[in-house]
Amino acid sequence: MNPSPPPPRDPDLLEEALGLGRGGSPPWRLAFVEDCVETSGAFVLHHFLKRALSTEGDGTVVFLGLAQPFSHYDRVLRKMGCNLSVQRNKNKLHFIDLLNLEFLGERRLSNEKGENDIEIGFMDLYNRILRSIEAIRSKDYNGGWTTIIIDDLSHLEIAAHGSAKHVLDFLQYCRSLTSEMDCSLVILNHEDIHSSDEALQMLSHLDYISDILIKAETLSTGIAADVHGQMTVIIKDAPGGLIKKLHSFQFKVKENGVEFFYPGSRF
Amino acid sequence: MAESISRSLRDGCLEGEHAPALTIEDSLACPLGSHVFDHFLANLASQIADGTSQARGLVLVALNRSPSFYIDLLRRKGVDASLVDKWVRILDCYSDPLDWKDRIPPLMNVQKPSTRENVSFFRDVRDINKLLSSVLDLGKGFVGQGKTRFAVAVDLVSNLLRHTSLPSVAGLLNNLRSNDQISCIFWLIHSDLHEPRVSTALAYVSTVVASVQPIMQLTDEHRSRRDFLWLEKNSCKAKFYVRLKRRNGRVKLLAEELHMDQVGVKFAAVTSENSFVNKSLLPKVQFNLQLSDQERVDRAKVVLPYEHQGNGEAIQIYDGRRSLSDDQKDPHLVQPSTFSVMTDAQATSGNGEIHYIRDSDDEQPDSDEDPDDDLNI
Repeated sequence: MNPSPPPPRDPDLLEEALGLGRGGSPPWRLAFVEDCVETSGAFVLHHFLKRALSTEGDGTVVFLGLAQPFSHYDRVLRKMGCNLSVQRNKNKLHFIDLLNLEFLGERRLSNEKGENDIEIGFMDLYNRILRSIEAIRSKDYNGGWTTIIIDDLSHLEIAAHGSAKHVLDFLQYCRSLTSEMDCSLVILNHEDIHSSDEALQMLSHLDYISDILIKAETLSTGIAADVHGQMTVIIKDAPGGLIKKLHSFQFKVKENGVEFFYPGSRF
Repeated sequence: MAESISRSLRDGCLEGEHAPALTIEDSLACPLGSHVFDHFLANLASQIADGTSQARGLVLVALNRSPSFYIDLLRRKGVDASLVDKWVRILDCYSDPLDWKDRIPPLMNVQKPSTRENVSFFRDVRDINKLLSSVLDLGKGFVGQGKTRFAVAVDLVSNLLRHTSLPSVAGLLNNLRSNDQISCIFWLIHSDLHEPRVSTALAYVSTVVASVQPIMQLTDEHRSRRDFLWLEKNSCKAKFYVRLKRRNGRVKLLAEELHMDQVGVKFAAVTSENSFVNKSLLPKVQFNLQLSDQERVDRAKVVLPYEHQGNGEAIQIYDGRRSLSDDQKDPHLVQPSTFSVMTDAQATSGNGEIHYIRDSDDEQPDSDEDPDDDLNI
């Protein structure tokens, strides 16, 4: 007698805030995860990765790894109960390794069309994302939602030699992809490196194109053993639009996952 | 004010004049500019569909949102879909602004979204001249040559400025404005994405500048980009400042209030209740930090020492040691037996006076005792 499948687990506070519920497609297209030196937001990406590849849904992931190698994410997700190697073999995960940042060219002089190697490099990267989506949807595709995860935006800026324009152009194409291909985009961004006036404009650009902002920061009271930080989720009614809802709760990062809870609800 | 802007766009331009040009600007502090743009777009599209406007068609340059968004928007606002197809042309600069898609292999086995007849792709936003000619060709394509005019809307000039310089963009807008077949033109810009000179330069190209600003101004406490509670408070309401440039050169500044509801933006005259908003920002503490009306009146009546009261009488100073006479209603007014200052007229009369004020009531008059003797320095 075959064992019955485990009952679907209840959504946690982050999933509830994002309207993810029990599987299904998210009601948003572009989410930025902001963190700082004191509180890394990488656990949010791990959480998205695990959720998208969970057996409860038919989701697929295209992961742009600029900050860590595949083995790092594999190790982390194994402790969370998700085998990335198996998921990759099953065509549910496409990992684009960009660790060496050599995918963008060095030549910054433009050709007659106004392009340089950096733009051509981003165009190639966009092409690789398209090919991954094509591969995901070519065989045994059952209509599941595709999530594109980028870890992280600051490495894209490094690869672009600090050119915010090229990064924003690339994000524009990714953003249009979310509406054409029915997928969503999750990007990790380190807010505290954007401290100059020019960099603040970059943050403003990102604010205008995102419809969800997930902010991980330290507790205002300082470091605590049982509470690792505070999370704020801002839901807008449209990209760069009005704030529709604001959720705030705390979190604790564990080896096998992360716990989200309201302040004062843990003992 | 918003009504008059809509009328101005509807009526278009006079013979021999450039087309009216509207700049809508906002910022992250109050990101309602897109909704205001949608409001004027839907209004003008309705008027074009009804045949009540000078413009007989509309060309929308879509840089920030997809053409399908605008088609859905106009449908939701009640513009007939067949009339949208007939009188609205969308230049799609959103899907492929840099011509990447033509140079990479197309997706296989993936259903592409259907294209509409009134949507044209534009794949090189860096070429401003080509953009100008594409807009004019699209407009002439459905209104023909001759005297018929069409309207132009650019959904986000900020995106154009990322690809090309300010002089190029200003030149594009000016060329459109001065074209004989353009009835009116309007655009949106996010002012906090650029230097102030950009907004200024575009203001010179415009006949009307409509600025969406928060009801509550940023204080130092709210300077952080991430004061979300402050943003939430400002989300649904805003101030709508309009700067009109008349033909005779006069510039008028007017203000309205703007608020968002389920349907869209609504405009209303400025109310006085918002003047009390900042007062409510005082911290909630157990003691009263404000003055009542009676306290304000009493404070205004206080006679300050060493200050000319300006009523022609001799300045009198209360030394705080004498009891008040019954005749004195104001306790702060000076007693006539204390020090008094002569007016200039009296001083020049030659009658000098010396008035001595004792340091304390214990001091005997004409005492030789040095009051500092007990200091033991």
